[in-house]
Amino acid sequence: MRGIAIKMLFGDTAKFYGILLGLSFATLLIAQQASIFVGLMSRTYALIEETPQADLWVTDPTLQFVDDTKPMQVTALQRVRSVDGVEWAVPLFKGLLVAKLPTGARQICDVIGVDDASLIGVPARMVKGDVSVLRKPDTIIIETRGARSRLAQPVSLANPDGPKRPIDIGEELELNERRAVIGGIAETKPTFQNVPTIYTTYSRAIGFAPANRRTLSMILVKVSPGQSVTEVRDRIMRETELAVYTPKDFAWTTIEYWMKQTGIPINFGIAIVLGFLVGVAIAGQMFYNFTLDNLKYFGAMKAMGATTPRLLGLVALQGAVAGVLGLGLGLGVTAVVGLSIPGDKLAFKMTWQIPVISAGAVVFIVVASSLLSMRRVVKLDPSEVFQG
Amino acid sequence: MSEVANSIVCRQVFKTFGTGDSMVRALRGVDLEVRYGEMMALVGPSGCGKTTLISILAGLLTRDEGDLAVLGTDPSALSNHERTVWRGQNVGFIFQQFNLIPQVSILENVAVPLLLRRHPKKDALARAAHLLEEVGLKGRESTRPTKLSGGQQQRVAIARALVTGPRLLVCDEPTSALDGATGQKIMGLIRELTTASEHVVIVVTHDERIYHFADRIAHLDDGQVTHISTPAEALAESAQRAGDAARRH
Repeated sequence: MRGIAIKMLFGDTAKFYGILLGLSFATLLIAQQASIFVGLMSRTYALIEETPQADLWVTDPTLQFVDDTKPMQVTALQRVRSVDGVEWAVPLFKGLLVAKLPTGARQICDVIGVDDASLIGVPARMVKGDVSVLRKPDTIIIETRGARSRLAQPVSLANPDGPKRPIDIGEELELNERRAVIGGIAETKPTFQNVPTIYTTYSRAIGFAPANRRTLSMILVKVSPGQSVTEVRDRIMRETELAVYTPKDFAWTTIEYWMKQTGIPINFGIAIVLGFLVGVAIAGQMFYNFTLDNLKYFGAMKAMGATTPRLLGLVALQGAVAGVLGLGLGLGVTAVVGLSIPGDKLAFKMTWQIPVISAGAVVFIVVASSLLSMRRVVKLDPSEVFQG
Repeated sequence: MSEVANSIVCRQVFKTFGTGDSMVRALRGVDLEVRYGEMMALVGPSGCGKTTLISILAGLLTRDEGDLAVLGTDPSALSNHERTVWRGQNVGFIFQQFNLIPQVSILENVAVPLLLRRHPKKDALARAAHLLEEVGLKGRESTRPTKLSGGQQQRVAIARALVTGPRLLVCDEPTSALDGATGQKIMGLIRELTTASEHVVIVVTHDERIYHFADRIAHLDDGQVTHISTPAEALAESAQRAGDAARRH
């Protein structure tokens, strides 16, 4: 009988495709918007992920998120280093500076200055050159997306608006009227602000930056072996009165800032809710109508000896098949669209929770419409089959 | 006549729908006996209670009052679930509008009552194929109902009604959607397939052209069986009424 129930579903082509389209579209909207939201949010803490060596991040107490740099006094570094349980602590500069390109154009760049001695904070995946190149004078490392897009140079200087090529090793920029030579190109995770990121040494970075009494953006801390990260964190906070985060806490603090202080979650939330409503409106309505259309056959089956639970089982099976197909199709299209668009154009990150949430939404739509349909089946009077 | 020989016995069966101002007394003390091996036609004007009566006899509705025995059981005394199971085991239905599932083949349509009773699919389809052969549709098993004529669809419905081997066959206006010649063939087929002495067939109809297939005809009016006649008597009464009406005009 299960086969017949499924054939009934597939056989009503118009309604079946309507149900499938509704569920797929709902899944697509929910999963895609959620994936883009997660992708965008994950970009807000890309710097933290690019610096896995640090157990703790020390910042000014008023800092709200990673890019909200509030420079500290340089002496903060020594105070942190003196805390028991700190194996090492290195400075990090982070700031937005204007770069003058070879064509004369100007481009805002995110400049990261890493510890001169250890170079901790330089991206691990070098595409061209080596991190040690930063030990040469005036040298910087740029990342691939910036090299290909905003820092790209015209193929012909005679035609600055013509075709462009990626900027390459050996070419020069000006940062705050100081020469900077590209010595390496690295692959990094996309950032939320999507401006080119430039890596250099801490001392060189503060040289590029406008003169400021406070230049220390953050301090990266490694906890001594055998020491508890949380205990050392509490100790640094207590002894320096600075803010100290584990990488996970820092990432969440950043996400919470964007969630609470911007309209991003509301915008995505509205899109997700709309997707859900589309699913309810189209698929739910179609499935309900499909059951109504088949009510006379269910009535005949009831007359012929089908128990109500048996009929409900058939309706549930039809709902489940439609749900699984709609969910699968929707997630498949979401994944294909997400993976086919380059990462620098679309922030897309489908974590395992997203298919689960989408499945939950589809289950809700299918169960709700099935329950409405089932209500009609339960209330169905088999004697109605004699009434034409 | 002994009640043992009767497949159906109704004594003062009442049925009311609704309450208060909207109350409708559908049956007002129906008395009826139908023998095993008999085809009984129920005739009467619209709203006289025919459909209510067959619904009660088939266990689709319950009576309010009276005594009822259908194939030795009072279906109205059973629980909902028991009555559903009883119907599946004892009653076959032929509907006015066939009620064949359009999305599946006629073979699967015929097998539905067996599949609902969780018969193995292979056996159910084999039995359905046998019944389709009996109603003259061998070779059309994989056809969808919508590809068949009305008469062929009703043949499928007959096969479906008989596939479980029911002792009571309930036919609701089985020829109303068919032309005269096809209706005769369909009734002939029903008669032919239910000749065994353990069968009983109840046919609700307005179609005088099929009266002669019935053994007896029960005339209902205003929720009561007014009298029982032979088909010839029923046709004569009908002719008499038509004549009276013509003279009045």
